[in-house]
Amino acid sequence: MDSGDTTWLLVSTALVMLMTPGVALFYGGMVRRKNLVSTLMMSFGAMALGGVLWVLIGYSLGFGNDINGLIGGLNFFGLNGVGQDPSDTYATTVPHLAFMMFQGMFAIISLALITGAVVERIRFSALLMFGALWLCLIYSPIAHWVWGDGGWLFNLGVLDFAGGTVVHINAGVSAMALVLALGARRGFLKEQMEPNNLPMVMLGAALLWFGWFGFNGGSALTAGGLASNAFVTTNTAAASAALCWIFLSWRHRRPSLLGAVTGAVAGLVAITPAAGFVTPMAAIAIGAVAALVCYGAMIFKIKRGFDDSLDVMAVHGVGGIWGALATGIFASLAVNSAGADGLLSGNVELFLKQALGVAVTAGFAFGGSFIIAKVVDKLVGLRVKEPEELIGLDIAQHAERAYGGSIR
Amino acid sequence: MKKIEAIIREERLEPVRKALELVGFAGLTVSEVSGRGKQKGVPLQWRVGEYRVEFLPKLKLEVICHDDDCQIAVDAIIKAARTGRIGDGKIFILPVEQVIRIRTGETGNDAV
Repeated sequence: MDSGDTTWLLVSTALVMLMTPGVALFYGGMVRRKNLVSTLMMSFGAMALGGVLWVLIGYSLGFGNDINGLIGGLNFFGLNGVGQDPSDTYATTVPHLAFMMFQGMFAIISLALITGAVVERIRFSALLMFGALWLCLIYSPIAHWVWGDGGWLFNLGVLDFAGGTVVHINAGVSAMALVLALGARRGFLKEQMEPNNLPMVMLGAALLWFGWFGFNGGSALTAGGLASNAFVTTNTAAASAALCWIFLSWRHRRPSLLGAVTGAVAGLVAITPAAGFVTPMAAIAIGAVAALVCYGAMIFKIKRGFDDSLDVMAVHGVGGIWGALATGIFASLAVNSAGADGLLSGNVELFLKQALGVAVTAGFAFGGSFIIAKVVDKLVGLRVKEPEELIGLDIAQHAERAYGGSIR
Repeated sequence: MKKIEAIIREERLEPVRKALELVGFAGLTVSEVSGRGKQKGVPLQWRVGEYRVEFLPKLKLEVICHDDDCQIAVDAIIKAARTGRIGDGKIFILPVEQVIRIRTGETGNDAV
């Protein structure tokens, strides 16, 4: 047991926890005022739902005894055998409980990320039901494949430092499947849908950036050089992508705040799988390209008339895919001897493995999430009724409104 | 000259704006207002228990038109704002004594 490692992991866990309310504000500021409470509630609901499910069964399905490389067993059900002593296999210098909770925060934010695609029209009960099934049947298995002891992608040598595949590709692609089952918002591309509060968006993105130091730095699972490398690459990629997006929006018209913060998030997503395998100079390139591909994905989305409302696929899906491939390009054994060399160090194999990891994760997340969405639609109905959507989900679904006052 | 004041649902603004533009009324003033009609307020919830919001958010449109065009604008508003449910709003038509365009100083029908 190492007290320095334990301290850093506990702090990192708290940092990652703060990212989910960050997502809430980031998304909340971008919707119309009548759906603000509902949008915040989706992320906060993920914290409530995920916080219980993870300790009951989610952790066990992800990190329990391996079953054919595909899923964890039920030996950690209800945290049975997960105690104050370190695990034999995971993060062996910190209490098993700390590692378990750190992983739990990743599961929770993944579910919160998905909600951005379906805001302003999904029924809250349907979202909870989808979320519960998704955490157990999609998130935990993928976490097992990539990070679990015996997971098949892990054994293959696919690298995912902090969740580019498990969290971001998974959330982005699952969000796309859910949108396909749910449909677009009424009036999408016909009516103005202006963000209600850009300062809230910026504050949310800033909390994400802040929490991401725990997300990526903490994924070193030890307090030292590797965590510091991840810390620096994380900040560098975020800044590089934000800078690039500022110029993209400037070229188009004017330097945009919404663009700058979106760029930062895209950069953070892309550096996530690479943070502990690449140098800070590589992070500049990874961030800048992330801004370019995510910007392109958003233009493509609008051309196709696909209502991924707050760009979960375009930022997390596409950014995550780029990050996973970039890990196969820029990874270097000189940074992390437990990693591998990438294309630039003359190794083609890692890049191919990364591409395979992207393909199977995306395929499974898309197919699985679409089936879950269809089942939930049959059971409770995914979508609110038309008048509810017009009035807004705050009053219709929650009987609350974001801003009170005697007359408004 | 007449002033048309229409209280409408917030979500009907875009359809009403388009309908008015289609019949030649590009200029209008919109304000956020709160009010109540026969439907009264709506019950919301607080930690435990409920409270009523007695006034609902609506939008107020103001359009100035020539006497002869008034019915066209009113018809356009009604058609676009009506949902058939309680809370569709009301239209008031008022006489206007004088209209002055600030930039040029034009008055009366020319300034509408």
